Amino acid sequence: MTLSQRNRPRLPLAVAITLAAYLLLVVAFPVCNLLVPAGKGLHLSDYAVGLVGKILCYAMVAVALDLIWGFGGILSLGHGLFFALGGYAMGMYLMRSIGREGVYGSVLPDFMVFLDWKELPWYWRGTEHFLWALALVVLAPGLLAFVFGFFAFRSRIKGVYFAIITQALTYAFMLLFFRNATGFGGNNGFTDFKRILGFPLADPRTKMVLFVLTATALLAELALCRFIVESKLGRVLTAIRDEESRLRFCGYETTRYKVFVFTLSAVLCGIAGALYVPQVGIINPSEMSAASSIEIAIWVAAGGRGTLLGPLLGAVAVNGAKSFLTVAFPDAWLYALGLMFILITRYLPRGLASLLLRAPRAPRARIAHSPAVAPERSA
Amino acid sequence: MKLDTAAGPVLYLDGVTVAFDGFRALNGLSFVVEPGELRCVIGPNGAGKTTMMDVITGKTRPDTGEAFFGQANDLTRMSETEIATLGIGRKFQKPTVFRNHTVWQNLELALDAGKGIFPTLTARLTSEQEGRIDTVLGVIGLREEANRTADLLSHGQKQWLEIGILLVQDPKLLLLDEPVAGMTDYETARTAELVQSLAGKHSVVVVEHDMQFVASIARTVTVLHEGKVIAEGPMDRVRADDRVVEVYLGR
Repeated sequence: MTLSQRNRPRLPLAVAITLAAYLLLVVAFPVCNLLVPAGKGLHLSDYAVGLVGKILCYAMVAVALDLIWGFGGILSLGHGLFFALGGYAMGMYLMRSIGREGVYGSVLPDFMVFLDWKELPWYWRGTEHFLWALALVVLAPGLLAFVFGFFAFRSRIKGVYFAIITQALTYAFMLLFFRNATGFGGNNGFTDFKRILGFPLADPRTKMVLFVLTATALLAELALCRFIVESKLGRVLTAIRDEESRLRFCGYETTRYKVFVFTLSAVLCGIAGALYVPQVGIINPSEMSAASSIEIAIWVAAGGRGTLLGPLLGAVAVNGAKSFLTVAFPDAWLYALGLMFILITRYLPRGLASLLLRAPRAPRARIAHSPAVAPERSA
Repeated sequence: MKLDTAAGPVLYLDGVTVAFDGFRALNGLSFVVEPGELRCVIGPNGAGKTTMMDVITGKTRPDTGEAFFGQANDLTRMSETEIATLGIGRKFQKPTVFRNHTVWQNLELALDAGKGIFPTLTARLTSEQEGRIDTVLGVIGLREEANRTADLLSHGQKQWLEIGILLVQDPKLLLLDEPVAGMTDYETARTAELVQSLAGKHSVVVVEHDMQFVASIARTVTVLHEGKVIAEGPMDRVRADDRVVEVYLGR
């Protein structure tokens, strides 16, 4: 594919496919899971719904990373941290919702009783309220990314150095969350959730609602990111990626843009984490491991950077293969992942997306070729 | 900050000295550019041409001496971004354009529109701004290439595009560092026309090695040697100057 072909608008097709896939998920899945009785050919098991729901959460993270890496050129290897923080914020609410039905029959979460704590730490205050938990889902990753991004970008740290300190950041948080004294359940994290907003989590209908919410959140995220990258802000982002100093000489405070988009990306990850935890039923510090964050970057690279849909496909493909292979050939998974990565790098350097759509790596030009008439550029 | 150039020179350097580890890159340099003037600066390697550009754009601070832009703006006290937004545009030797953007988008980015996050998120160009971009496209001769990705332009076209990026911001003073380096003869001739067309509307300072190019555009030439001005005036007179012949042209 040559560069000039980038301007060909293949987007409407991509939009159509995306919407069709969304409708399939939110119509066919509920019907096949809840209405078609078990044993019938079209029945979809609860396990399958949970698995796809989980993968959709991962896809949200991949799209969020693509926004800053694919378009802004900022590689974060710490996005697992923001995902986990959103998950923990939701997890706190879910732990409080267990009430006295825990093993020890206490109002306190079981792990606190086990540690012989008498009351909740101050930062657990208010977490019994769903709305406050939702605020934390946004605030915890958002504030951390804002403060970290502000100092990192102001010091003009970029490229591989930025990637390394984000790795260090997520690793430091993993060690922090491993400690029992931190008050987040140590290495076991949170689990044994009972209900969300009064609805039992074991009920397939509750799970289906969460699934539909996840698919909708992913679609909304795609729409938001597409809007951003097609605006002038998106062109500023790619200009930061390609020629930051020239952009600064044009009068742009590039640091502000980077902090903004990094924070936004982190918040999107937090939301994905919050949807992930009630569906999967557990959150623990392993989500903050260095490897988890690197895996996210692999999804994006495999799918095709700077395409938004590509990383989504990458997350689905890699995790789909992982779910299948870890069951079918448990020992071969890591080899398969490595092989997949090599094959994609070798034969599809622009990722899986290049199979399906002409990747708009640069924002697409929308101008007519006649300079005499003011061209329509607004859509 | 207001720029009051009606009353005097647009750029005023006096007694500027810059030393690196005892080596005086600039040694009491004095240099004045009038509004609308086209000035060429020549000199052998190490004469201080690039250091002078660095002082003007705020990249290097002089040890002693004065540097003023207009009457009131002390360049020795301002940051690079402040100086750039005040109206001094610098073209680097190596063309730096936004390579994955189209020519049109390159100019759109440089345009003096809102440069905060939310203004850019909702940005829509006014017809006046579109007209401005179109005018600049005409000046740099890239109207036909408006929809091409900058990466696909020839070397010369990239240089012009970079000049266009500066022009869109309507600078008072344009600094062009070796604008024809690596260009074909045809491109060099086109660039000479372009630079001459800019004079009058902007003050232009061209630093160049290519004597033929300088001869084709120069009205006033300044010759630098060892951090000082050794000759200044019309090309013919400078060419005939004994010291100039000795240090530069004769070699």
